[in-house]
Amino acid sequence: MKAITWEKKDLLGLEDLSKEEIELILSTAESFKEVSTRDIKKVPALRGKTVLNLFYEPSTRTRVSFEVAAKRLSADVINIAVESSSVKKGETLVDTGRNIQALKADIVVVRHGSSGAPAMLAQHLDISVVNAGDGWHEHPTQALLDIFTLKEKIGHIEGLKVAIVGDIAHSRVARSNIWGLTKLGAKVTVCAPALIIPPAMEELGVVVTNNIDEAIEEADAVNVLRMQFERDSETAFPNHLAYFKEFGITEERLKKAKKDIIVMHPGPINRGIEISSEVADGPSSVILEQVTNGIAVRMAVLFLVAQGQEIKK
Amino acid sequence: MANFNEKSKILNPEDIRRCLYRLTHEILEKTSDPKELVLIGIQTRGVHLACRIKEIIKELEKAEVPLGTLDITFYRDDLTAVGPAPLVKETAINFDITDKVVILIDDVLFSGRTIRAALDQIMDFGRPRRVELLVLVDRGHRELPIRADFVGKNIPTSDKEQVEVRLKEIDGKDEVVILEKSS
Repeated sequence: MKAITWEKKDLLGLEDLSKEEIELILSTAESFKEVSTRDIKKVPALRGKTVLNLFYEPSTRTRVSFEVAAKRLSADVINIAVESSSVKKGETLVDTGRNIQALKADIVVVRHGSSGAPAMLAQHLDISVVNAGDGWHEHPTQALLDIFTLKEKIGHIEGLKVAIVGDIAHSRVARSNIWGLTKLGAKVTVCAPALIIPPAMEELGVVVTNNIDEAIEEADAVNVLRMQFERDSETAFPNHLAYFKEFGITEERLKKAKKDIIVMHPGPINRGIEISSEVADGPSSVILEQVTNGIAVRMAVLFLVAQGQEIKK
Repeated sequence: MANFNEKSKILNPEDIRRCLYRLTHEILEKTSDPKELVLIGIQTRGVHLACRIKEIIKELEKAEVPLGTLDITFYRDDLTAVGPAPLVKETAINFDITDKVVILIDDVLFSGRTIRAALDQIMDFGRPRRVELLVLVDRGHRELPIRADFVGKNIPTSDKEQVEVRLKEIDGKDEVVILEKSS
């Protein structure tokens, strides 16, 4: 096996990463997963480092997951929610970043409504930037934990058939998953109502369909995305019930799929809209394992970018 | 990266085998009840040495001793000073170490920093009665007040030299050699 090392100070998206770099994050995460099973769930790897969570969009699970990950690495964590910050007073993103750097933080984890915001921040700062979701662009750590969970369940990614169902247009989770999965050799099918499938989706190397049964028929796993009705009401489906009827993942529907299909969901789940309660709580679901794995994956990412930053110096 | 030439061979396969038997006898001499013992090998070669010692204890005492593995990467003090991180290997201690005699096993004892990191990590898993250190080679040059309880061979070295332990599980053959930096 070729030895590969991590030399990037930032994690901005999976589009920028090589297959080997993605695999390095996954194998590092495997080692970190063990830490969370101990009585003392902490290692001193980032002792003395400061991780700052800068969230311009509401998020509970991602922010908490990053916070838990940083604390299990012994880093100090500061959370900034935008409502309570001077962004409201007109400060630009880059100025906020420079202030964070002046505070001697080592890693800033940023979620922003605009695609490319973390990349811009990374360009202006010497400290590490981790993208926790930017606009409709990427949400790399979510995709990494999805892929980590799949790999843990099935043992490999190469050759797997993965269906991504739901609000593809507004989904950074979908984009990051597509980049990551295709780089690792999986075959990806995306499925959504015709109106909300963005143009040129096929260019990313995926199969596009608006027939859910066709999408999951041969799939080893289905990643169910939330319908983001709040984002864009006019293109969305007429109503929740109609969406559930046509695209919802139900036991009935899974009967036509592979018996051991794995059902994933990045959360928060909307029961009875994109997924039925029976499936969400059923034996195929790995939704809560994804949450647990998210910590290990984020520990790996924080650990690696901290090292990448030192190498850059 | 400097080049190293092989300078001399210190231990052959037979020497290593005898060494491990002697060291196992020494462990059992000090702690006669194998039920009190647990072995923890430091990745990577320490783990293979620990496996062999486990087998020898089984042969001599007809007893199974728990075996754990430790990767000290997350506990290193030089994480950011030595460049890119090595691939992190598995830490697995799937038994309670509280009140046990832990035999910590590594191939080469040098600065003592790896052992410092390993001790910190062991303490995060529980409170052993005692921790004893076993190494196949002690090459000197300590930077911390750490010593080994069981030593296969003391090999005084200069700082231009390196000691390499090769084990058949990884390297295809058993031997210990001294390498010298070529000028």
